[in-house]
Amino acid sequence: MKCFVGIDLGSTTTKAVVLDDQGRILGRGITNSRSNYEVACAVAREEAFADVRFTSCERALPDGVLDAAHREAFLDALARAFRLAWHRERLDALADAMRREVPVVEALFAGPALGPHVEAIVLRMRELADPLFAKGAPRRSDFFRDVATSQFHTLGEAFAKRGAGSFERLMAVFDKAILKAENQESHFSPQASAEFAIGRALAELDLDAKAAANSIVRPLLAAMSAELETVQTVGTGYGRATLPFSREQIRSEILCHGLGAHAMFPGTRTVLDIGGQDTKAIQVDANGLVTSFQMNDRCAAGCGRYLGYIADEMNLGLHELGPLAQKSCRPVRINSTCTVFAGAEIRDRLTLGQKREDILAGLHRAVILRAMSLLARSGGVHDEFTFTGGVAKNETAVKVLRDLVTQNYGERTMNVSPNSIYTGALGAALFARRTPARVMEAVA
Amino acid sequence: MSPIATSVRKDRSQEQQKALIADYYGRLGALAAAGQGAPWTFVPGNLTELLLTFDPLPVLPEINALQSGMRKTSGEQVLHAEKLGHSEDVCAYVKASIGAWHQGNVGPTGDPLPKPNLLLLSYTGCFTFLKWFELLRGETKAPTVMLHVPYQAQGGITNEMRAYVVKQLRETVVPALEKVSGKKFDIDKLREHLRLSALAEDDLVRVLEAGKHRPSPIDGYFGAVYYVGPIFTAYRGTQAAVDYYRDSWAEIEERIARGEGPITPDGPMGEQRFRLVVEGPPNWTHFREFWHMFHSEGAVAVASTYTKVGGLYDRGFRHDPDRPLESLAEYCLNCYTNLNLSSRVDLIADYVRDYDADGFVVHSIKSCDSFSAGQLLILREVEKRTGKPGAFIESDLVDPRYFSAANIKNRVESYLQMLGQKQAVGGHA
Amino acid sequence: MDAPLTQAICPERDALIERAEGLVRDTTLASVARWKQDRPGSKAIGFLPPYVPRELIHAAGALPVGILGGGDMEVVRGDAYFQSYICRLPRSTIELGLSGALDVVDGMLFPSICDVVRNLSGMWQILFPKSFVRYFDMPQNFEPEIGGRFFEHEMRSLLSDLGALTGRCVTDDDLRDSIAKFNVNRREVRALYRLRAEQPWQVPSSELYALVRAGNVLDVDDHTAMLRAYRATLDASPRRPKDMARVALRGCFCEQPPLELIKTLERSGCFIVDDDWVLSARWIDGDIATDGDPLWNLVLAFLERAMPCPSLYELRKERGEELVDGVRESKAEGVIFAAPSFCDPALLDQPMAMACAKAASIPATSFLYSENTGQFQVIREQAGTFADSIRLS
Repeated sequence: MKCFVGIDLGSTTTKAVVLDDQGRILGRGITNSRSNYEVACAVAREEAFADVRFTSCERALPDGVLDAAHREAFLDALARAFRLAWHRERLDALADAMRREVPVVEALFAGPALGPHVEAIVLRMRELADPLFAKGAPRRSDFFRDVATSQFHTLGEAFAKRGAGSFERLMAVFDKAILKAENQESHFSPQASAEFAIGRALAELDLDAKAAANSIVRPLLAAMSAELETVQTVGTGYGRATLPFSREQIRSEILCHGLGAHAMFPGTRTVLDIGGQDTKAIQVDANGLVTSFQMNDRCAAGCGRYLGYIADEMNLGLHELGPLAQKSCRPVRINSTCTVFAGAEIRDRLTLGQKREDILAGLHRAVILRAMSLLARSGGVHDEFTFTGGVAKNETAVKVLRDLVTQNYGERTMNVSPNSIYTGALGAALFARRTPARVMEAVA
Repeated sequence: MSPIATSVRKDRSQEQQKALIADYYGRLGALAAAGQGAPWTFVPGNLTELLLTFDPLPVLPEINALQSGMRKTSGEQVLHAEKLGHSEDVCAYVKASIGAWHQGNVGPTGDPLPKPNLLLLSYTGCFTFLKWFELLRGETKAPTVMLHVPYQAQGGITNEMRAYVVKQLRETVVPALEKVSGKKFDIDKLREHLRLSALAEDDLVRVLEAGKHRPSPIDGYFGAVYYVGPIFTAYRGTQAAVDYYRDSWAEIEERIARGEGPITPDGPMGEQRFRLVVEGPPNWTHFREFWHMFHSEGAVAVASTYTKVGGLYDRGFRHDPDRPLESLAEYCLNCYTNLNLSSRVDLIADYVRDYDADGFVVHSIKSCDSFSAGQLLILREVEKRTGKPGAFIESDLVDPRYFSAANIKNRVESYLQMLGQKQAVGGHA
Repeated sequence: MDAPLTQAICPERDALIERAEGLVRDTTLASVARWKQDRPGSKAIGFLPPYVPRELIHAAGALPVGILGGGDMEVVRGDAYFQSYICRLPRSTIELGLSGALDVVDGMLFPSICDVVRNLSGMWQILFPKSFVRYFDMPQNFEPEIGGRFFEHEMRSLLSDLGALTGRCVTDDDLRDSIAKFNVNRREVRALYRLRAEQPWQVPSSELYALVRAGNVLDVDDHTAMLRAYRATLDASPRRPKDMARVALRGCFCEQPPLELIKTLERSGCFIVDDDWVLSARWIDGDIATDGDPLWNLVLAFLERAMPCPSLYELRKERGEELVDGVRESKAEGVIFAAPSFCDPALLDQPMAMACAKAASIPATSFLYSENTGQFQVIREQAGTFADSIRLS
């Protein structure tokens, strides 16, 4: 199958989207951006292709084999099984990396042997993997690093108390290993994963694998092993200049966001993207081509990263900010969206006895007010209005934005997609489809 | 993308310009070595011909600051001033100037600068000038003479405005210069300088308007900084300036005949994909890097407003030997930064039309409220008027902390790709 | 212990202050609307800091309205016009304009104070093309026959434009009447300032600030009456002396400090005995002559007796010397430089004033604010420490 890949190297996360030659989305991948953009790019791409394999499976499941309810349950089980396979594979890579780091840390910091404890923790993490992807389990972070870090942290503390020596030594092993494990490309085997996932999904639904061999297993495995040919890749995002791509394979994120938003919501005329480091207000025409845009100035005030600092300052997860802010009855007015001052201002306000939710509500409003001024600069808010970027996941931000847009521009259809974080990568993939392959050959 | 070349390419006029600037600083150095002072003054609304009538060579603190910026020494000067209690919020030219004074009053070329024997405060188009020379007065204890140039608030010069400036020239500026120089004012000598100015101005306009050609033989913003150098500094009203502009125009005519573009520091510019009008001063600390962001993408500036801060010659103004003080007054009143916002919008929109530009760039400078306050409205109005998209980028003059290369490059690239997309769709955007 | 007397109960005074503070906080200019309602067909003319000759507006039959930004109002649209490194005042002023809060004024005057306000005048011309907008260029040459004649022409054309707007042909006697009324008003303002310098416990600066600033939106006679009524309450119900550090406040001549900031300074132990806020209320030191050519009298008063302001070229003294004089006159023991963020005239002035203060052995401290500053903790600590250090020395 011919594939077109778009990669968005953001300051916080790196995203990849794979399209088929009809422009349909086959797969998405996301990973934490790190100092090494090339690796982040490879990991996101790999995840996206794993997702493509799953999508192929899904499409290959013949009609009529399962009734509607079973079909849905089977696909759900299959998706979780795929993610479990992926998770296990990453865990193995992490375990290998930790084994290599144990002697290094032991040599650096004296103390009891770490090897047995690391092995015990790995074993426990394996046991914890299954429930993570069990039916009905709440979906956790998309990032292996987040899940692994939190598990290792908890387990490490417990083991350290039981005499594994200092907690810091165990964490030192983990910290070094996770970097290396993340920075190596996996040896993910589509075939093996598919066999594992299909088997597991069948088992979960109590379906007989032998009976399903022809009707389900074979077509799915065939779809899995279909060859995927990357025809063209286009990169975008802050780190795009670091990609080993030719000039034709690089597009600014403004253009990609405009086109991506238009692809998700074809009626889009105005796009607001609030990402980690920057905020963009973009106007597009009926074809998704950018006609005007504005970006925030050099400081990241009022961007996603600002909310990240706030979350850290309040000891909260990023995803907890929005829900907490919604509890506010009396939002306070925050006058500074300066990230540098935010911490001090929050501590001051908390000292004054102001409630966390009221402060948070004020902070969300301050962030959206900054975005409103960029929107005005770029030419206003026209119907339809699409909100993208990490902050679009925050329901308080969405609500405040909706209110302010209505107040200032009247009723607007406002689109927010759960996949909005992939907007830039989608736009890049669409550009990849438009860029002739010969350009790439010429470069290669 | 081609990396920035390590050696700098220059054309003939740039070599000449460099020699003129070196000669200027050399002569200032000689004055300083001889223990002599010199009048200090500003570029917009400068009275070079009048000063030359009394012989002195002016020191121009703005030029010192920008030259220091290009030579990467302004950062330390700014920090020095901040250590002395100057705010991070205010104009970096002022801080570079104060810092340089405290670091021994040495010019950007390493030549010592003469101390001011007069601070000629030509207060045109910028309130900061007033504070700047009050600060320098406090530091240097030099006498100050103020020339207040009223603002063109209603979009024109009235008889009262002109009369006010002429009266100040006659009754305060000239007597101050007579006192400092010990010479009597010789109006015929002034007329001769004004005659030479007008000659040079004719050729300067030819040079700047060459941007109307396709391909443009000059870069009307980055490249034009070199062209306006002599006339913005101490050379207006001299034969050297007349020669320089005549030679520059001859060089450009040759390039037009050959269908060539400008020479950038990284070599001759290639295909010109985008023609732009630029509003706002350049950044000096990363001048080459900034220019590279444009020319490497095939963008050429065909016209700019910054090249008009020292006079709007392309709109018809000439120094006039027959109306010496009146034309000096009109010159002061007519500098770009003394125009009101509507006039600025008109000028930029005219440039977009007359130079057949694909778009325009507003480079907004933290230091300079005179330029920057209202630029977002200018952007919107010019877009409305011309139907061409504008880009908005921000940095600073000589404070290197405010040049965020990644952010600026991102905006420039996005903008040019947007223009490229428009051209691809609509034939010629 | 001394609370009962210091906090002398005086309902009349409380009511006056409540009214004044209400007028300061009311960005909708309801008092101006009422004034116009009572006089059908009348006009109001807004002006920005630091100064316009209100006598001209008054003589033309209109109400001069001082516009000093939007305080801590939320700015949504105004931010779209200004980069992050521009002060707050023009943002909130644009916000007021775009939100219709300034519809009640029939014209706007932008005095020559700085590049931002100068360019704001042009923005106003573009954004509100039908409204009466004038840039008011004050001379920086103080010779009567040079700067004076230029200013005279500026004033005459403004007066004739105002007359055309209000439909009144202004006579010299009209102008004399107006000058006389503002002379009385300025006398009242100065009396209050004098009293504060002599007995600062009697006239808390937060009250003086609100009272003086209320004059921005009141008819001059109404305002004079308000100031007189306030002084009468001080005679009837005096407050008991207190000892706090006496400071002069500088830097507030354009974007205004929040009322809460002034209260914070007082709570942290500072008597503000000299300041440069709401300069338009006392721009001219002393009375303006009413005989002869009244307009020329206004010109001369400006040339010879204008308050020192960083935006006016200082010809006679070195920058900072006037501060030292002010400190001596008001018997201040220290100076607080409180400049609005990104205020070029105030911040460029500061090093010179600081140096002069240092040379004269006057203790000084500085901080930044903006009209919407909402956090005073740090300022309170800083001012408290400063006040303590003054009293201990």
